[in-house]
Amino acid sequence: MKALSIQGLEKTYGNGFQAVKDVNLDVEEGDFFALLGPNGAGKSTTIGIICSLIKKTRGTVSVFGHDLEREQEAVKSSIGLVPQEFNFSLFEPPIEILINQAGYYGIPRPEARRRAEIYLKKMELWEHRNNQSRSLSGGMKRRLMIARALVHEPRLLFLDEPTAGVDIEIRRSMWAFVQEINKELGTTIILTTHYLEEAESLCRNVAIINEGVVIQQGSVSHLLSESHTQTYVLDIAQTMNTAPDLEGFSVYLSGNQQLEVEVTKEHHLNKLFAVLSSKKIDVTSMRTKTNRLEEFFMRLVKKG
Amino acid sequence: MNIHRNLVAFKTILTREILRFMRIWIQTVMPPAINALLYLVVFGTLIGSQVREVDGYRYMDYIVPGIIMLSVIMNSYSNVVSSFYAAKFQHFVEEMLISPVHNVVILAGFVAGGVARGLVVGAAVTAIALLFTDLQVVNVWITLSVVLLTAILFSIGGFINAIYANSFDDISIVPNFILMPLIYLGGIFYSIQLLPPVWQLVSKINPILYMVNGFRYGILGVSDISIAYAFGIILAFIFALGGFALYLLNRGVGLKQ
Ligand SMILES: Nc1ncnc2c1ncn2[C@@H]1O[C@H](COP(=O)(O)OP(=O)(O)OP(=O)(O)O)[C@@H](O)[C@H]1O
Ligand SMILES: [Mg+2]
Repeated sequence: MKALSIQGLEKTYGNGFQAVKDVNLDVEEGDFFALLGPNGAGKSTTIGIICSLIKKTRGTVSVFGHDLEREQEAVKSSIGLVPQEFNFSLFEPPIEILINQAGYYGIPRPEARRRAEIYLKKMELWEHRNNQSRSLSGGMKRRLMIARALVHEPRLLFLDEPTAGVDIEIRRSMWAFVQEINKELGTTIILTTHYLEEAESLCRNVAIINEGVVIQQGSVSHLLSESHTQTYVLDIAQTMNTAPDLEGFSVYLSGNQQLEVEVTKEHHLNKLFAVLSSKKIDVTSMRTKTNRLEEFFMRLVKKG
Repeated sequence: MNIHRNLVAFKTILTREILRFMRIWIQTVMPPAINALLYLVVFGTLIGSQVREVDGYRYMDYIVPGIIMLSVIMNSYSNVVSSFYAAKFQHFVEEMLISPVHNVVILAGFVAGGVARGLVVGAAVTAIALLFTDLQVVNVWITLSVVLLTAILFSIGGFINAIYANSFDDISIVPNFILMPLIYLGGIFYSIQLLPPVWQLVSKINPILYMVNGFRYGILGVSDISIAYAFGIILAFIFALGGFALYLLNRGVGLKQ
């Protein structure tokens, strides 16, 4: 079953700006899906429409087979959202925020309290449950919104840049937790992020959106196999003033002891090292410039 | 519409609203109580002692119902306008918009919160008034139903105001420049019988006149206008404004881009 299906989605804001031009998207139930795109691509606008926070201009959206317009209650009941911007009351404590959110979904207070405890503990906010929310740190506020989005146990969870401002340790435990609910509860997850290594390691499928249009969609492994080049950064022992000529490879001197070399799929790294040896260039260390998905993404978005 | 779910949601919104104004009672309950005390001292005791009876009542007794109504109207209105505007301004209204709670329930929840504030303040003002006069209520049911309906009506008014408001100025313009004058000219401090015929007629366009008089009728048993008429006017306004508020909510006016 499709968790989400979008056809011909368009959104023109009140000021006449068309933020979403033509979005078509299908996400299978149980998927861990990345929605990627540069700033202003229309990711949050698309999510806002699905979550009934923004009115669409044209197109159809269905969630688990329920039409957004005709079966609004069914759609809303199955969705959870961690929005990009903070949107909770600054004067209420986390515990109240979660209990109230559960209440809007019809979950009575005792059960809501039980769930609030579970998710606040998961997000390591339990000690802060009675403090005014404005006193939480930026990363804590984001975790509060994650806990809030889970309290009614949605089948489809949107995470709109959930890791912005979250420290590495908590980010890891957050991802472990999100992967757990994806695997164990079968919750479908749609994630937007600008950290592409996050998307690469977590997500099975991905769509890339640019200027309001989905320009690429498929499985992460498939997209990566399509990506032709990988750029490596080489630290070298010699000092150079101009880039050396390495037959068949495009080279760029990025420091006087550092080269960036593009290696296409047709070439092997052995070949690169053979050329380097023949030129008597000693490589002291090597790393990939960006992760592969990022490279692919940059090419695509620049082209588009 | 799922009845049970919406009932829980209604209770949630109402509880949240009551907790909100009780948490900040120094801003929400105290000032109107002090205001009422001042009115009673200045107008009732000091000036009132120089004024002759109105409709056969001591001036103090005559103005008490109006002062209670003043506090109910202002507080119902300002509770909803500031609470719903804050929800909009800080974007946490989205917590409700994203959830399956019905728009009728959102409106009802906020209105019930406004009514609760109006009644709490109204009760506090009544308690203070009892220090100055012994309030004999002629008709309890009329008194209570007029207060309740008036609180509902002005809570709806506050809700509509919040929907249209784009700044904190916008939430104080209506109460200060429209509501206050209408209340003062609605016969709190005087009987419109005292006015020249032309101004009596003008006064009768003011809907608040009917509420103040309906309430005064419940307490004292005297009114400038017929009580059935007062009820009719209040109910008509409730249905018209309530329908309008719901329409705005369904359209997402001021809430959804
Ligand atoms: N309320 C609005 N009125 C007018 N234009 C808007 C509004 N909200 C967003 N936009 C514009 O719509 C475009 C898409 O915005 P959106 O927030 O969907 O982008 P995004 O892909 O989520 O970007 P980011 O990665 O920065 O979060 C942007 O150009 C933005 O300026
Ligand atoms: Mg965004």
